[in-house]
Amino acid sequence: MLTFAILLPFAAAALLAFAPVSAGASRAIAIATAGLSLLVLVVVWAGFTPGAGFQAVQEAPWIPALGVAWRVGVDGISLPLALMSGLLFVASIAWPMERDVNARQYYAWFLFLEGASLGLFLTLDLLLFYVFFDLSLVGMYFLIGRWGHGNAQRAALKFFLYTLAGSLLILLAIIALVLMTDPLTFDMRDLIAAQPVAGMDLRAGLILLGFVIGFAIKTPLFPVHTWLPPAHVDAPGPASAILAGVLLKMGTYGLVRIAMQMMRETFAAWALAIGILALISIIWGSIVAFAQENFKRRIAYTSVNHMGYAVLGIAVAGSAVTGHEAARDLALTGAMVEMVAHGLITGALFLIAGAFWARTQEYELGHYGGLASGAPRMMAAMGLASFASLGLPGLAGFVAEVQIFIGAFAIWPWLAALALLGLIVTAALFLGMLQRIFFGDRPPALDGFTDLTRTEIGILAALLVLVVLIGVWPAWLLDMIGAGSALAFGGG
Amino acid sequence: MPVADLGPEIALIAGAIAALLLAMVLPQQRLGWCLAPALVALAVAAFWALAQADAVRLTFSGTWALDGVTLWARGMIVAGTALCLILAPRWFAQDRRHGEFYTMTLFSALGAVAMAGAADLMQLVMAVLLSSVTGYVLAAWHRDWALSVEAGMKYFLIGALANALLVIGVILLMGMAGTSDYAALKGADVSSPLALTGLALIVSGLAFKLGAVPGHAWMPDVAEGAPVPAAAFLTVVPKIGAALALYRLVHLFPDAEMLRPLIAALSVLTMTLGNLAALWQTDVRRLIGWSSVSQSGYALMAVTVADLSPDALPSLLWFLAAYALANVTAFAVIAHLRGRTALADYAGLARARPGMAAALIVAFLSLVGIPPLIGFMGKLGLFIATIDGGYAWLALAAVLNTVVSLFYYARVIAPMYFAAPQGAAPTILGWQSGAAAVLGTAALIGLGIVSGPFLDSAIAVIVLP
Repeated sequence: MLTFAILLPFAAAALLAFAPVSAGASRAIAIATAGLSLLVLVVVWAGFTPGAGFQAVQEAPWIPALGVAWRVGVDGISLPLALMSGLLFVASIAWPMERDVNARQYYAWFLFLEGASLGLFLTLDLLLFYVFFDLSLVGMYFLIGRWGHGNAQRAALKFFLYTLAGSLLILLAIIALVLMTDPLTFDMRDLIAAQPVAGMDLRAGLILLGFVIGFAIKTPLFPVHTWLPPAHVDAPGPASAILAGVLLKMGTYGLVRIAMQMMRETFAAWALAIGILALISIIWGSIVAFAQENFKRRIAYTSVNHMGYAVLGIAVAGSAVTGHEAARDLALTGAMVEMVAHGLITGALFLIAGAFWARTQEYELGHYGGLASGAPRMMAAMGLASFASLGLPGLAGFVAEVQIFIGAFAIWPWLAALALLGLIVTAALFLGMLQRIFFGDRPPALDGFTDLTRTEIGILAALLVLVVLIGVWPAWLLDMIGAGSALAFGGG
Repeated sequence: MPVADLGPEIALIAGAIAALLLAMVLPQQRLGWCLAPALVALAVAAFWALAQADAVRLTFSGTWALDGVTLWARGMIVAGTALCLILAPRWFAQDRRHGEFYTMTLFSALGAVAMAGAADLMQLVMAVLLSSVTGYVLAAWHRDWALSVEAGMKYFLIGALANALLVIGVILLMGMAGTSDYAALKGADVSSPLALTGLALIVSGLAFKLGAVPGHAWMPDVAEGAPVPAAAFLTVVPKIGAALALYRLVHLFPDAEMLRPLIAALSVLTMTLGNLAALWQTDVRRLIGWSSVSQSGYALMAVTVADLSPDALPSLLWFLAAYALANVTAFAVIAHLRGRTALADYAGLARARPGMAAALIVAFLSLVGIPPLIGFMGKLGLFIATIDGGYAWLALAAVLNTVVSLFYYARVIAPMYFAAPQGAAPTILGWQSGAAAVLGTAALIGLGIVSGPFLDSAIAVIVLP
């Protein structure tokens, strides 16, 4: 089943790359493929038992000499992320193209990226994890460079170089980790069970450093986040949504799955340092976001802030402070919900930013104003997404952040207290953004501004309904995650 | 003497002579027919080599090692040579006499095979000289074009010096150890300064064939100036032979003082220099030439940890195969575009010639090491071997270099894919070069995905003596 969900988008991408189909047909094929992949994932979810380890596992030998095989399976950590990714891909592919050129290749690359992203979350083999990690870079590079705007080529290259550097560090760390096993195996389940670097000192620290730097670039954390703003600003809206919603999660997912689960002891020893890094990202991301006049860049920087919360939750969960198992459990659940929520919320926000660009080719806040009367649906959608992003109770962001903060207060109260500052700044920056776009006087240049179309509102509604649903009734998601089992499985 | 042991090599000689005889009787416009005997000879050599796949013995009085390394060298060199030669008939269509090109190339391939198979220092010298002498001619084939003559001249001058150093090194080593036979040299005492000097000189002589520091300077010139089929051949085939010969050398003296650190240092210098020099090239052929230099540096990583890690040899073999395939594919694309090399000519190629643009992008991404292309499998093996062998810093240096290399490959990829085409679509050479490029691309993807069986067979390779 899972294999099908991964390979289907790749197959469809190959079809679109070679078969001379029309723009409309390629769009239809792409939407159908993404929908089908999501459907497969939902079917897997229906048969999923929370807290019972890896399920829906499939294996096939690939490179037996190195202990590498095609292994897929899901647990409470990967399934929510895969589902969220599948949904976000449907949304982004269905979103109207910003620059209507070369539709066939555009959709082919999107499907390619979908295959890589789902593969990354669903695989149980470290080498495949790396393969999909790199493939996602290639897909995103071509999407930004070809269909982006502004200085897109430069942004795409910067993205590619930064994240390739990170991914190669991860590869080295993976190899060093795997070389500790005998016989060689890249099987995640074996590695989690074996804890190959337990009891080692310097070498384990270096391996962890490789993972943390590599994933920090992807997440991104301060100070290696600088590729993110240009990549987001110059990417087409749907690609930004995927970049923020799916690709950034790869960093945090890697931190949980590899750094935390496979190197329990080492991670615990360095958890506080990672927590402080997260704190800096939270504060820095929110303050810098506040100062941005370009609203897409502003949203991009809030990603640094939000992913900081997720990393804080992971650090708390991995800290291995005894006597606080419940708090750590809560923090991990919070981090997972944050990843899902951030994917949905920021995905929606970037799609909306794309809608603005399609209408005015302008991201500067100073260019906008008074749109409340002309574009009420736009205001409703953006308002809801912004409130969710700043953590309003009853919406998804709140559920995530409250759990992370409760967990963090139990372990490192001072750190959690400082991190709260980030929430305040975030609230201010989102409210300011809404106010400047939708209220005040409308500049004459915006007179012909059209509201969201029916397609656009339909797509956003699908995402935002989930945001509200998670906010008011999060039990189904929390059940699926079942952090306790993830901790017991990987963190004791 | 068991003549059949050298069947594949004899087939190459026979093919070379047949091509030469044919060239004498054919009119100018039919000289391309000489490709036929050359390809037949290569096919015979390949099948003969496969028939000897299980042989593990020293032959011809211990001067020739018939083992897995030789088998792989034969396979890679034969395949690479065939792909290069397919480009030749159309490329040389206007050339006054090019029938001898096939002969020269086959002899040069023979030299490369002999380098990899040599189990005697004198045999090694013979092989290097054969490969070099033919190489100079191939590089300078376009006698009326200054760049080609410059390439040949530079290749010759550096080669003369490097070969002299190699011979001196061999003499020193032979003098100190009392033999040139690998079987007798194995584990011999080479701790005396003279013997160590000899070893270092041999390494620098082979570095020339490999295109590594300090003998690397010819590589970009040959890539730019030599006829494209010859450039593809010279940047790939001698390198395979030299890398394997170096591996045999380290395997022979695993504990020789300073040998591994020396090769590790050359490795880092080579990859860094090659990458930095490639950064701002505006000529795609020259860029590929510098990238070939850096790739030699990666190959040396595996030589550094020879015998220290069980993965060293398999990773070297698979890396060389990956590199050869990617480089030949890139040159096939350039040949197909009739040798266009200015970076600006590549703008918008993805729309004008989508197939060729895709082939070049795949070749470059394979050289970077993006999965699941074969180049990734090669580099993965190198990383595993170096970390396992205790040279993790070397792997880190390679990672930094890989990131740098992406920058200049992207300088070609980006305008190809992102920019609009300028002027008319480039004219093409003929279906042969296009087919070679497409075949290479398919192999880069396909062999990357089905690496497993090949790696299994590479792991089982036994090195003699």
